[in-house]
Amino acid sequence: MATVKLSFSPAPVHVRTARLVGVAVARRAGVREDLLDEVRLAIGEACTRAVALHRQYGLADPVLVEMSDAGSYAVRVVDRAPIEAGIGLAALPPDELANESLTDEALTTGVGFALLAGFVEDLQVRPVDEGVGTEVRMVWPVGR
Amino acid sequence: MELSLATRTVGEHTVLEVGGEVDVYTAPRLRERLLELIDGGARHVVVDLGRVDFLDSTGLGVLVGALKRLRTAGGSFALVCDKEPLLKIFRITALDQVFPLHPTVDAAVGAEPTGASA
Repeated sequence: MATVKLSFSPAPVHVRTARLVGVAVARRAGVREDLLDEVRLAIGEACTRAVALHRQYGLADPVLVEMSDAGSYAVRVVDRAPIEAGIGLAALPPDELANESLTDEALTTGVGFALLAGFVEDLQVRPVDEGVGTEVRMVWPVGR
Repeated sequence: MELSLATRTVGEHTVLEVGGEVDVYTAPRLRERLLELIDGGARHVVVDLGRVDFLDSTGLGVLVGALKRLRTAGGSFALVCDKEPLLKIFRITALDQVFPLHPTVDAAVGAEPTGASA
């Protein structure tokens, strides 16, 4: 089993780096080529969510991304923000998406969750085992 | 790839060609450009996503923001996109039911010459 860990300051500019690393490790782990776009998008969404939460709560702590390939390709994205309502996966219905009263933040969060839920078959969002924070865990099969 | 933005006019439409990656880092620049266009009087805006190779929820949020703004102003907003990976993103988020999506700029411009004011 191989593990790659990346931790980055909660700034939007680093989310791209996390995506690039996540896809590189996925390719190396043997994730099918046609799944890599989805891996890239899902890791990006999970990191974007974590960065947004850290900024919302004024946290300078790094966001942690941990990738491992023990039988499948598993990615954990861990934030240190207090547990909030966004832990559930709520996709917004189309008539609400363009509703004037919906804030940009709420829309982006809802759409982000819809993308995670839509692209990752094996997805878990749960409180971290120790301390404060949430873990988004995503698993993809490897083609070996 | 970095975000690229280029504007041109086709009839009464303003076409914004977007290229590269639209994500949480670059989306504010896209938002800024769309606001400049709308504040500058553009009422029929077409965003061409033909050269976009990555689009996330932040980018989608910016596009919805522009759609709402133009709708309020009595204008129109449409997207050009024919790449399957991007179209899948619109389907999964149900935003394909919110945006007029066209395969080419010609189709987008031809589909709504006067938009909501017609």
